Amino acid sequence: MTPELDDLYQEVILDHNRRPRNFRALGGGRRAEGFNPLCGDRITVFLTVDNGVIADVAFQGSGCAISKASASLMTESVKGRTVDEAQALFERFQQMITAPADAAVESLGKLTVLAGVRQFPVRVKCASLAWHTLRAAFDARDEVVSTE
Amino acid sequence: MASVVSTRRDALDVAAVRRDFPILRQRVHGRPLIYLDNAATTQKPRVMLEALQRYYSEENANVHRGVHSLSGRATDAYDAARETIRRFLNAADSREIVFVRGTTEGINLVAQTYGRARIGAGDEIVLSEMEHHSNIVPWQILCEEKGARLRVVPMTDAGELRLDEYESLLNECTRMVAVAHVSNVLGTVNPVAEIARLAVARGIPVLVDGAQAVAHMPVDVQALGCDFYAFSGHKVLGPTGIGVLYGRRALLEAMPVYQGGGGQIASVTFDRTTYAALPYKYEAGTPNIAGVIGLAAALDYVTAVGLDRIAAYERDLSTYAASALSGVPGLRLTGTARERAAVLSFVLGDVHPHDIGTILDREGVAIRAGHHCCQPLMRRLGVPATARASLALYNTREEVDALVAALERVREVFE
Repeated sequence: MTPELDDLYQEVILDHNRRPRNFRALGGGRRAEGFNPLCGDRITVFLTVDNGVIADVAFQGSGCAISKASASLMTESVKGRTVDEAQALFERFQQMITAPADAAVESLGKLTVLAGVRQFPVRVKCASLAWHTLRAAFDARDEVVSTE
Repeated sequence: MASVVSTRRDALDVAAVRRDFPILRQRVHGRPLIYLDNAATTQKPRVMLEALQRYYSEENANVHRGVHSLSGRATDAYDAARETIRRFLNAADSREIVFVRGTTEGINLVAQTYGRARIGAGDEIVLSEMEHHSNIVPWQILCEEKGARLRVVPMTDAGELRLDEYESLLNECTRMVAVAHVSNVLGTVNPVAEIARLAVARGIPVLVDGAQAVAHMPVDVQALGCDFYAFSGHKVLGPTGIGVLYGRRALLEAMPVYQGGGGQIASVTFDRTTYAALPYKYEAGTPNIAGVIGLAAALDYVTAVGLDRIAAYERDLSTYAASALSGVPGLRLTGTARERAAVLSFVLGDVHPHDIGTILDREGVAIRAGHHCCQPLMRRLGVPATARASLALYNTREEVDALVAALERVREVFE
């Protein structure tokens, strides 16, 4: 196993792939669809926002380990935060996974385990799909989001 | 490598073949490149690369236009290439060979010319469940425009077309049968001669998508009895951006033109245009001259190695690969038709094919992961995607062994 693969498929990621957190539908709130047609990853993000705070967030869908783990970790990271905080976190997450492979990794709490994606540029779209879909849910946009 | 060279004198010498492909010498992530994505595109032999280089450095000029010597030489090379391709497909006449960008454009050409002229409201187009999007979408566009509809031939769980169902779909409304020669996912070699016989007996034209066939088996369009046969150059060791549409001459003569422009006309006034004879009628604009010359060089190479020899070699390698892959715990091959080309799609437990692809890549092994432009087939198989290893004449048993070893790495990660 190469070190890059060890970075990518860390135990935390494999665990979130096997047992994704908040993997369910939510009724009554906002929802948005994400779909990467070339690779087939598909996600629905459900969201309830109360006074600008993310009261609950969940997802369903199918995809690779990276997309599933990223969605799962995202739901854990943004629940209880304000929408603005979640947007800012997305910016920093996006910077982390698209930084040059040798750049220093800024700590983003448990999201930091996804920093290994930067060494696999073709997989960035897998890690970011859930986040782009979350943002579409914030904006209450109807169109299906894609990161391809 | 010696172990795969058969003792039979007429067998393919894979070590010699490999020396003809410069790209195969490289390393990926520090490992020797093991290229098993040949159904997506094939690698290129040196003779093909040299033909492109020679054309651009010694013969480059426009064809059928100039009175100067260079244009004459380019035209000679271009015309000779068309004859090479006619021979390769055993078409009756080189005017039946139309140059297009690839299989996709070949199918679109037929849909937009023959289809628009002959297919109308209530008419039916018969396809199969295992078609590539390129043999679905052009017909769907036509159906929407004309009010025609698609009828789909189902397949068995093994991935073989149900010929009884196919025959029962043919009726007085059927205007076209369009079917893949070889499935790019399952590897199934469809009985296109039989499919064509049943359609032609009812006066229905048959288009064969030959993209996955031409590099792997001899193709004789007259023996197949089809009316149209399309393939892409880059899947048969040639350049990208060039492909061939074979069409039976009587049909090509009768069909309306595809695109309009220079080179495809006999005379133009502002009142009307008359069109050039076959095949130029369908080739508007300066053609992909280098592509055509490169394709002919690739086909000459394939012919020199011998398609019978290639087919026999790949059959042996494919059997070896199917057996080796079946030994990987949790691996399931999708597509177990009796007649198969060297395309092996599989799923591995609940590991997503993209994760398989990423891990294999780090071991130097290039495969395809995804829906392979066959979303209806994925739905039929009940999977979102598969991993696919597709073999070619330069692959070896050692490379198959490396694939199996790399899959063990995948299992270790996802145990």
